[in-house]
Amino acid sequence: MSRPSLPVVEDSSLRAPAAFEQRLAEHGLELRAARVETLQVNVGKLCNQACKHCHVDASPRRTEIMSAGVAEQVLEAVRRFRFPVVDITGGAPELNPNFRRLVSESRRLGSHVLVRHNLTVMFEPGQEVLPEFFRAHAVEVVSSLPYFLGQQTDAQRGPGVFDKSIEAMKRLNAVGYGIEGGGLTLNLVYNPVGAFLPPPQGSIEADFKRELLARHGVTFDRLYTITNMPIRRFLEYLRRSGNEERYMRKLVQAFNPATVEGLMCRTLVSVDWTGRLYDCDFNQMLELGVDAALPQTIADFDPATFAARRIVTGAHCFGCTAGAGSSCGGAVA
Amino acid sequence: MSYYEEEDLGRFGDVGKHRPDLFEKFMAWYQACQEDGALSRREKALIGLAVAHALQCPYCIDAYSQSCLEAGSNLEQMTEAIHMASALRGGASLVHGVQAHNSVNKVSM
Repeated sequence: MSRPSLPVVEDSSLRAPAAFEQRLAEHGLELRAARVETLQVNVGKLCNQACKHCHVDASPRRTEIMSAGVAEQVLEAVRRFRFPVVDITGGAPELNPNFRRLVSESRRLGSHVLVRHNLTVMFEPGQEVLPEFFRAHAVEVVSSLPYFLGQQTDAQRGPGVFDKSIEAMKRLNAVGYGIEGGGLTLNLVYNPVGAFLPPPQGSIEADFKRELLARHGVTFDRLYTITNMPIRRFLEYLRRSGNEERYMRKLVQAFNPATVEGLMCRTLVSVDWTGRLYDCDFNQMLELGVDAALPQTIADFDPATFAARRIVTGAHCFGCTAGAGSSCGGAVA
Repeated sequence: MSYYEEEDLGRFGDVGKHRPDLFEKFMAWYQACQEDGALSRREKALIGLAVAHALQCPYCIDAYSQSCLEAGSNLEQMTEAIHMASALRGGASLVHGVQAHNSVNKVSM
């Protein structure tokens, strides 16, 4: 796998990394962490799907996954620093043999555990028990469903994904997820199926709720809108389709200084399958580690030194500050 | 090269180099029309898309196609809006058939 490239456009004013830092400075802003609340653990690139927009380049053919040794280092950090939230992602994190231990041990240590679950992995061999496993550990489930119609969903995530996703939602609903008063949280994630920005979160959430209930009888809690990041597989799509410059320009023009305070990098540290640390999952995929003056691995992590750290930025950061903003928890402004 | 260039839409502001006072008034009015009001931004974007097709303005079709997507509309909804515009255009022609009939009737026995 070649080193990932940053967005390159003809217009030098859009080029990384100075453009983003410059735009922050124009608004008198500086991007620094506020505190560390969430440890986001990316257990690797193995996935049962190969979505067209995936910033991880995840697929069934990828072999880079977190070992038991690194998983133990992660749990040791959870044990020592008691992160309020442990956010487990991938790939499809459930396919990692250490996944269930990461969940159960983090829960035992008192962390709120959130799993970025792609719904369809539930139909892989040995994964049928996931709804019960999630319920047993009161996991918050966050699942991508780019649209409430099959055509758009399958265009992004692969043929047949929508129908499987609906079936998986039925199974999660059946054990109490996403049901009013059920006490178990199932949130969905909307990604634009193409080179455009997400709609306002509140209005599209209302559409999803109405349409998914009417058409398929399934329910969920919240819908998070997330902007497609101009990196990795989505960047390749932008280039192939001739949309790169237009999309970057759109992101830059939509820069909203009000999003900066709520950016996820301000309260999150990301760890990759090898134990290396990053300011976010996107920086992880670009191999932009945390500031060089800081400890670089989870084994050396120290929350005191990370609390007010300078965030490493690039042109892709315009993806999180466009319009209503974008984070792992949806819009931020 | 086609007569309409996509990137020219981004140069719309150049029109304001002359009589900027008029252009600024237009832009303020135009922006105000887009905001949520008694109609939502999504409804307004669909109206914009329909009108763009009635006017057959390539810039407007491009701009309002994007606006509709970014307001959460899908191609089914957008296509219905385009059919509305087209049906009105067709109807507006067809209803003038009454004029033709009137004209014919006036000179017929």
